[in-house]
Amino acid sequence: MMARAPNKLSPFNVVSLALGLAFLYLPIVILVIYSFNASRLVTVWGGWSLRWYTEFFHDRAMLEAALMSFRVAAVSATLATLLGTLAAVALSRGERFKGRTLFSGMLYAPLVMPEVITGLSLLLLFVALNAERGFWTVTIAHTTLTMCFVAVVVQSRLGSLDRSLEEAAMDLGCAPARAFLAVTLPLIAPAIAAGWMLAFTLSLDDLVIASFTTGPGSATLPIRIYSEVRLGVKPEINAICTLIIGLIAVVIVVASLVSKLSSSRGESTAPL
Amino acid sequence: MSARRIFTRPARIAAIAPYLWMALFFLVPFGFVLKISLSQTAIAQPPYVPVFDLAQGLTAIKAALAALSLDNFRLLVSDNLYVLSYLRSLVVAAVSTSILLVIGYPIAYGMARLPQRWQGVAMMLVIVPFWTSFLIRIYAWINILQHDGMLNKILLALHLVSTPVVWLSTDSAMYLGIVYSYLPFMILPLYATLAKMEPALLEAASDLGSSPRQAFWLVTFPLSLPAVGAGVLLCFIPIVGEFVIPDLLAGSNSMMIGQTLWLEFFTNKDWPVASAAAVVLLALLLVPLSLYDRLQRRQLEDAR
Repeated sequence: MMARAPNKLSPFNVVSLALGLAFLYLPIVILVIYSFNASRLVTVWGGWSLRWYTEFFHDRAMLEAALMSFRVAAVSATLATLLGTLAAVALSRGERFKGRTLFSGMLYAPLVMPEVITGLSLLLLFVALNAERGFWTVTIAHTTLTMCFVAVVVQSRLGSLDRSLEEAAMDLGCAPARAFLAVTLPLIAPAIAAGWMLAFTLSLDDLVIASFTTGPGSATLPIRIYSEVRLGVKPEINAICTLIIGLIAVVIVVASLVSKLSSSRGESTAPL
Repeated sequence: MSARRIFTRPARIAAIAPYLWMALFFLVPFGFVLKISLSQTAIAQPPYVPVFDLAQGLTAIKAALAALSLDNFRLLVSDNLYVLSYLRSLVVAAVSTSILLVIGYPIAYGMARLPQRWQGVAMMLVIVPFWTSFLIRIYAWINILQHDGMLNKILLALHLVSTPVVWLSTDSAMYLGIVYSYLPFMILPLYATLAKMEPALLEAASDLGSSPRQAFWLVTFPLSLPAVGAGVLLCFIPIVGEFVIPDLLAGSNSMMIGQTLWLEFFTNKDWPVASAAAVVLLALLLVPLSLYDRLQRRQLEDAR
């Protein structure tokens, strides 16, 4: 066998990468292309057309669901970013404190907890509290889930920060709160922004938890899409999905630009 | 007192709000699940008895406590429907996680060996589908797999089959959907570890006479085992409770526990049985969950 530098790409590496990415992207590309199909039959190509987009913009129920989803996503992402950032600061700067193990456990468990369990348990809480189900119950449920993702993203940024910077600020006479606001916060701002956007898209995406915690008459977009999809493929759904994909693409581009602009030093280690 | 120490106290105060939030909306609700799993089904609003009414005082609570029973759990153990659902969930999760590992590892490995400036792009490309809606990605597959969808058209055009194959409502479609949806969860932890691996280790192995293949199995793979564990748990735990993918892609003759729970709750309105199903599911996941918790914690302590 020819001696090869041990760290070079082998043909096997290239092929597995190419196949992997094709597998991830082809279905989405096909879905987007067919949303511009003029034919009512989802599988027959009838030329390019925007009719399914027009159809969506005349579908009142769908539009209302979309509006509901956006409101929930905006409010819950903001709450989640606040709470998640606080949690990340406590975990990475608070050293050891009473209840730390429980605290970190409560923050990591929802990341993998099956959604049927989270959804059911929150619903039972809301019923016990006699809360009226609708916008606020879904928002609280989404905040609970997504603040954990924000905490992980922000915490990994805090962990990679050079702590001597904030220590220098305090040695020079800054109060801790001032040092945090003037030194730490600007440095972790890109991670906080990325956390907000992740929380926003996760909330926009969620079907299971929203199904449990919402009330009659306030369906979110995924709930509406799900009930349509169960009945089969419809070109209008392709159009809605394409719009969501486009929106998320914009969010991702903005997120990566923000983090590129403001994190010149050290690569972002946030895994999500 | 050092500057570092001064910072810890306000940082701890920062924990209060998220702590209370998670306690109220994550921990306390499990108590309600447990309580209602011990209650009886009733045609009422809410659909279970006994209902605790704190206003009625201690005797009422005692009476309510006495009315709790293990009936729902007895039902879960004795009825084949539930036992089979749990078994199927565990099998499906184990099989899909194995497939994910076999597919995900080479992709992560390929990413880690890309030139530095391409690695960021590749990571972005893997993350983007994770941000795209779960539901949309499953729907994309329904488009392709349906009777006159893309896949059957290609197979027919290539004369690989003579009549359209039924793909939807089969286990193959479900596995495809699960692998597709969870692939980023497997790739990302693997990539993070493989990319950080010291190249000098492989050079040393090569200098000592290992072929690249031997070096991989003797050096790279053993060092990546913690990441393998993380990827496996990140996929296995949520797949056990998966609802959307089996509901939309698999057939209706056998259900995973997530579907059974959903059916009991939304269709049969049997909240106590659904709660009992959730309690048992949680109990099954306790070991993998605590492993995952320990792994996460160690990783973050390392990063600190």
